[in-house]
Amino acid sequence: MPDFARIYDVLVVGGGNAALCAAITARRAGASVMLCEASPPPLRGGNSRHTRNLRALHPGPTPVLTDSYLEEEYWDDLHRVTAGRTDENLARMCIRASQHAPDFLASCGVVFQPALSGTLSLSRTNAFYLGGGKALVNALYRTAAKLGVVLLTDTEVQHIKVEEGFASEAILSHCGFPERVRFKALVAACGGFQANRQWLRQYWGDAADNFQIRGTPYAQGVVLKDLLAQGVQEVGDPTQFHAVANDARAPMEDGGLAMRLDCVPFAIVVNRDVERFYDEGEDVWPKRYAIWGRLIAQQPGQTALAVTDSQAVLNFLPSVYPPYKADSIAGIAAQAGMDAGKLERVVAEYNAAVRPGTFQPMVPDDCRTEGLTPPKSHWARRIDQPPYYAYPLRPGITFTFLSLKVNERARVLMADGKPSANMFASGEIMSGNILGQGYLAGFGMTLGTVFGRIAGEEAARHARN
Amino acid sequence: MQETEAFQEARRQMAVCNACRYCEGYCAVFPAMAMRREFETADLTHLANLCHGCKGCYHACQYAPPHAFGINIPATFATIRAESYAEYAWPEGMGRAFARNGALVAGLAALGVTLALLLVMALGDPAVLYTAQRGTGAFFRVIPLWLITLLAGTSFVFALVAMTMGGIRYWRATGGLGGPLSAPPAAEAAVDILTLRNLGGGGNGCNDLDDSFAQHRRWLHQAMFYGFLLCFAATTTGAIYHHLLGWHSPHAFLSLPVQLGTWGGVLLCIGTAGLIWVKMATDPVPVARKLLGGEYAMLALLFLIGATGLLLLALRHTGAMGVLLAIHFGLVIALFVVMPYSKMVHGVYRGIALLRNAREKRAGA
Repeated sequence: MPDFARIYDVLVVGGGNAALCAAITARRAGASVMLCEASPPPLRGGNSRHTRNLRALHPGPTPVLTDSYLEEEYWDDLHRVTAGRTDENLARMCIRASQHAPDFLASCGVVFQPALSGTLSLSRTNAFYLGGGKALVNALYRTAAKLGVVLLTDTEVQHIKVEEGFASEAILSHCGFPERVRFKALVAACGGFQANRQWLRQYWGDAADNFQIRGTPYAQGVVLKDLLAQGVQEVGDPTQFHAVANDARAPMEDGGLAMRLDCVPFAIVVNRDVERFYDEGEDVWPKRYAIWGRLIAQQPGQTALAVTDSQAVLNFLPSVYPPYKADSIAGIAAQAGMDAGKLERVVAEYNAAVRPGTFQPMVPDDCRTEGLTPPKSHWARRIDQPPYYAYPLRPGITFTFLSLKVNERARVLMADGKPSANMFASGEIMSGNILGQGYLAGFGMTLGTVFGRIAGEEAARHARN
Repeated sequence: MQETEAFQEARRQMAVCNACRYCEGYCAVFPAMAMRREFETADLTHLANLCHGCKGCYHACQYAPPHAFGINIPATFATIRAESYAEYAWPEGMGRAFARNGALVAGLAALGVTLALLLVMALGDPAVLYTAQRGTGAFFRVIPLWLITLLAGTSFVFALVAMTMGGIRYWRATGGLGGPLSAPPAAEAAVDILTLRNLGGGGNGCNDLDDSFAQHRRWLHQAMFYGFLLCFAATTTGAIYHHLLGWHSPHAFLSLPVQLGTWGGVLLCIGTAGLIWVKMATDPVPVARKLLGGEYAMLALLFLIGATGLLLLALRHTGAMGVLLAIHFGLVIALFVVMPYSKMVHGVYRGIALLRNAREKRAGA
């Protein structure tokens, strides 16, 4: 039975990468640390369990990253995906610190793998950990346990008592029993509110019912809401999130990475009304995959259909669920429950607009359409080689951006702009400080590691003083 | 190969794994999976036999139970492996021997020992069982050489034939030769077997006990494997000494056969005892529990063979030698008889799977 009577130096709320990096750092700095993870042990780790890599600056080749990836390019990438809706100081600080994130994780037992195959050709910008997120989470828990962090699972923090920017105790449910724990400093690292469908409905209405939550079902935003209600400054657009094109047949929660479909650049995508709505070949998939969730979320019925043919079907990773397959476009329409004539017309118009080019699957090639609205700028080949394949799509939400406002030392800011005396935040719960919109592959883990370390360090320093 | 529930389950799981591919760095199975889009029973049989049961993929799996997808490749593939052992067992019909394998192996071991003791008593003076025998030919005064040669020879030759036939049947069913066999893939497969590369977890070890990484199983299996080979070499050397050089046992402690047998026996005991410990201590979820009986029984049989061999060496000048020799001999005969219908066949199918994989990698590259 954990000791709820003592006063801990640091209470870490959450159990994913951002929380564990904070807990380990604080403990290494000599603080007594309790970490509260809402999920049961097998599902611990929040969204980190489903991750695969983190984006890290590096001036030259490392054992796990090829070539170099410097601050300006990283910043450009981030600036582009967020369309400028970011905090440059905070972003650049995070980018610079990301250089040391892989080494820090390696020091916690996380094993990285050499550059890999696969469709997301990211080994220049992103370091991949062997076995993926759950292996990373296992290593971090093992390290934290060895250091003496008090690790609680099945423990939901329900309320933080905050007075004038000072947090002093938490009310929690530990294995279903109410408990109270006191602490000197708090690290909030318990993610967004994406799994709280009621909350999503506030902004999206009925459409929220059609959102698939890709990650942990425990991201209910309880502490986020609780702290915002007690005078912590809010940042980020509550309607913004990281979302991808998921298989429409995926589970509504916790389907994870394998539900995403990479077929979009090699297909045409129509909505429920059998109309194309966006350039499927705008840029390489790693730079575009994160906009498609939102695009589909904005379509009627929050659904879409990607149509392709046998020529393209080996250009992307296979899907978990078998694609619709038919010898005619009408056959595809029948399986998708769409108007056959309309779909045939859309495909025919697209085929007629395809200009000849040299197909190159991994780089933006010169295969494009002419005179088509919206255009398909790359990888546009005629869809005319049966059997035809199609994949039903839905938005898969990874995490929401509505956040606690923090400064560059991960310290939470109050609504009046004053820094909180002893509250810190890391990971998705503060993602909106940097991500105003859009997403850059592997940035969530970078954010969690960088701000987790800072939050842990600052929380320990506060507790010791 | 029959389409059983395990295959349907494996096919469902492969669909998830092939869209995820997080485990590609652990072993040969996932790169081999990624070369495929369809998973016929032959493909799944091959992948299952390529799997070394290291459990890395289970502990790293975002979809492991209690997730709805319930991905558990080590347990599922172990079940398919066992089904393939039964399917390709020779002669046909002997696959049934895999159904209650623990009882079979244990029963045959008991039978072997009993038979050996009874034969010794029936064929000669029962007093040899408890009176000290010294000097040249001491062992053969307990069990006549012709009997050793007859029983051990025939059972061993039968085991070799049966396992070879099983291997051929397996090889054909998982896709045949598919072109001439060249040296590089064969060499790669040999290195894979001799180093147990796939029990390395991509260099960092496997999840032998829990989600921590270690190489217990790899080193213990190596001890067992090379210990077994040393014991085999000891017997072969002894036979050469006897038949070709005319040097008769018992040999001196520092002689080649005794040294080979001693170190072989020590390694065999360490390896098998250690593997039994790993099996008992490991997280039970990524394990096919149905198969444990046969696996424990075979490990125990090998341990007993090693242990009785060592005891025999230590006590060969005393009155305990007769009984020990009969027990040791009975256990060895039981091993040979049961070998083609036991966990031992995994060596054949695993070897073929590694060879097929080495060739596929070259064809795919």
